[in-house]
Amino acid sequence: MTALRRFGAFWYDFIIGDDWRVAAGVVIAFGLAAMVAAVGGPGWVVVPLAVAVLLTASVWRASGPS
Amino acid sequence: MLAMSTFLLIASAFVASAVEMVEALTILLAVGVTRGWRSALSGLGAAFLALAVVTAVLGPAVTLIPIDALRLVVGALLLVFGLQWLRKAILRASGLKAQHDEEAIYAKQVADATAAGSPAGLDWYGFTLSFKGVFLEGLEVVFIVITFGAAQHHVGLAAIGAAAALVVVTTAGVIVHRPLSRVPENTMKFMVGVMLTTFGTFWGSEGAGVTWPGGELALLGTLGFVLALSLVLVAALQRRSSRLMQPA
Repeated sequence: MTALRRFGAFWYDFIIGDDWRVAAGVVIAFGLAAMVAAVGGPGWVVVPLAVAVLLTASVWRASGPS
Repeated sequence: MLAMSTFLLIASAFVASAVEMVEALTILLAVGVTRGWRSALSGLGAAFLALAVVTAVLGPAVTLIPIDALRLVVGALLLVFGLQWLRKAILRASGLKAQHDEEAIYAKQVADATAAGSPAGLDWYGFTLSFKGVFLEGLEVVFIVITFGAAQHHVGLAAIGAAAALVVVTTAGVIVHRPLSRVPENTMKFMVGVMLTTFGTFWGSEGAGVTWPGGELALLGTLGFVLALSLVLVAALQRRSSRLMQPA
């Protein structure tokens, strides 16, 4: 493995980790929160709700029969 | 009076940094005991130097970014990072993933280092092992301090938390000369995951233009919500794993 690939793999593992769907969900959640806040809605509920959904789905997938 | 967010910032930086430092100390002690302290401490010194360069470059750069953009990016990073820690901690607490065991890691490092043979002069195997362990774990501490601190424009406060962790972990390492296996690392990781997720949710949302009801008090509400959610998930997964293990 080249040094560049190792460097990339380190940061991917460090930040994204085992479940890339969580990272993607977080980005979508903040985008949605910004849109809700921009139209005067209760944007503060979006990210906590996303946390509940993303975390539950991620641990549920990881704990299921493989 | 110490503001709640200030206290939480220092406490989070302290606990998160301490977890990484315990891991670095485990590697350093294994190298020192098996390969000699000269190579272990040389690796430690070189890693500190490299970390100082990284911090000197990254630290001032992040403070130049506008606060809302910084909160959004840092919040998103902290949240991804926190959910990753929390996911592992929940799986460990529910018995679905092996517990992080510093004693076992220490034993493996000792066996690997002993098997690599005796050196003449400066032991480059020991130096590299020590450098790599301290640099990689240290990089995580730098990341924690800069992201925690930058989101509140108080890198200094987060650095105080990390410095306190360094003093505590180093003192413990010097006294026991063994891996800090009595540190309840899995519990600490669970709490760090809860705190990172809380800060990430709060600051990231603020950076996205959200106004929290109750202002800073919402931080406490978010902390309670994340903690309750995590404990409920641990209990649910424990039930699920016992159901899956029962014969059909």
